[in-house]
Amino acid sequence: MQKRSIVPIVYILFLMLPIYWLVAMSFKTTNEILAGFSLFPQTFTIEAYVTIFTDPTWYWGYINSIIYVSLNTIISVCVALPAAYAFSRYRFLGDKQLFFWLLTNRMAPAAVFALPFFQLYSAVGLFDTHLAVALAHCLFNIPLAVWILEGFMGGVPKELDETAYVDGYSFPHFFVKIFLPTIKAGVGVTAFFCFMFSWVELLLAKTLTAVAAKPIAATMTKTASSAGYELGLLAAAGTLTIIPGAIVIYFVRNYIAKGFAMGRV
Amino acid sequence: MKTENQKAWFFVLPVLLLVAFNAIIPMMTVVNYSVQETFGDNLFFWEGLTWFEQLLRSDRFYNALGRQFLFTFLILIIEVPLGIAIALSMPRKGFWVPVCLVLMSLPMLIPWNVVGAMWNIFALPDIGLLGYTLNHVLGINYDMTQDPVAAWVTIITMDVWHWTSLVVLLSYAGLVSIPEAYYQAAKIDGASNWSVFRYIQLPKMKNVLTIAILLRFMDSFNIYTEPFVLTGGGPGNSTTLLSIDLVKIALGQFDLGPAAAMSLIYFAITLLVSWLFYTLMNREDLNTEGDR
Repeated sequence: MQKRSIVPIVYILFLMLPIYWLVAMSFKTTNEILAGFSLFPQTFTIEAYVTIFTDPTWYWGYINSIIYVSLNTIISVCVALPAAYAFSRYRFLGDKQLFFWLLTNRMAPAAVFALPFFQLYSAVGLFDTHLAVALAHCLFNIPLAVWILEGFMGGVPKELDETAYVDGYSFPHFFVKIFLPTIKAGVGVTAFFCFMFSWVELLLAKTLTAVAAKPIAATMTKTASSAGYELGLLAAAGTLTIIPGAIVIYFVRNYIAKGFAMGRV
Repeated sequence: MKTENQKAWFFVLPVLLLVAFNAIIPMMTVVNYSVQETFGDNLFFWEGLTWFEQLLRSDRFYNALGRQFLFTFLILIIEVPLGIAIALSMPRKGFWVPVCLVLMSLPMLIPWNVVGAMWNIFALPDIGLLGYTLNHVLGINYDMTQDPVAAWVTIITMDVWHWTSLVVLLSYAGLVSIPEAYYQAAKIDGASNWSVFRYIQLPKMKNVLTIAILLRFMDSFNIYTEPFVLTGGGPGNSTTLLSIDLVKIALGQFDLGPAAAMSLIYFAITLLVSWLFYTLMNREDLNTEGDR
């Protein structure tokens, strides 16, 4: 047992190294970064963080990102739930083809769709809104949500549905009161994955926004090009982008292990 | 057994509408571009299949495609076995399980351009931790902006760092679903570690591994942001993957026609390979169900 635990420890150390470097750099002054190599910050400074938290163009980037990511997670999970139920319980005309077609939408290179997306969302008047990004991210998040939820629902025996109907439950009542609590873990895992893929995707988010809904990444790119090479500030901004994800994963940590085990995925 | 019910379509309808809105309209725009030439000002001229022919005859396309396949192949043969090995050596229960899972998931939750930027500063020869260690402590001459091999090693390492945890998480989920009784039975039969892995653990992980491999294939084949931020496709063209080349043509040179033709071919290749994976794995599913 002792010898086996070496592998995960080494792996986690490997994962932490670049993250440590980013965090360490965020506490250094730009001069110190460019002057040469130092393992720890010599002149410890939180100036970069102060800049980010006091400048609205910076902190609004975070707020915008969090708004559209949450919106996307809610939309994706809500529409994927009935669809996944249909796929796991019924056979209908074209079900297999439809399922595969949904999956194919994860395969479209996002880089390709950037321009058409821009035109589409400008045409319907949603350009530069949080909703535009949330809807665009549905392209790859809904298929994933349906896929994961279908796996979890397939693990729930059909007798549960039948007993509930015999007991006189209507479908919506059964779905909300009995079925949803049963697959709670699955919903948690799905929401986590939707949050994750929406949070990390930036190409579409950047294309579909200008000022009002600009994600944090766009602010970072602008700083990188306009203000020369402010590495400390960029490192601080990067460090802060890790935090929302870390909070979300902390909340679903038990679901991840338990949740997957329950479903037949 | 599933029951036949055509009304199930109503359940699927919202998903269908939302995804179709995002998938079909932009796709039609791309198809439109791919058969036309434009000089701006919304003036379009019919070109037919010229762009496709041109593309299928150009070395540039095949080189970029080759690099894309090489990249996907390399990360799959590293990440999948490594992910399984790490999942196998993780503790099954106790305090450390959630800690491991949270720490391992961290890289996946970092926005892609931050991943690229962070590896860039990590690998800088004189002031980055990795670059400094390699150059000044180990004495290896390493500079990914000059040396194509170093650039490739860096983008592969970055992807392994970024995504191996996905394979670990999914494999681990498959592993913890194995009842303790299976292991006890294997112990009584005197099964070796290898046969426990081959006949108990691997079959139990098959479904989750399918998802992991498919996801890793699709995402690595379309990868754009991280390598672009890290190396910008250089030095020279050595790390210009198909996706990077595509954006260069579409947004850099604004050649919409050729870029659209290229993306359709790109999409078709991804679709074909994924479909092969999908049917192959579904067929195996039927086989194992027949065995029972």
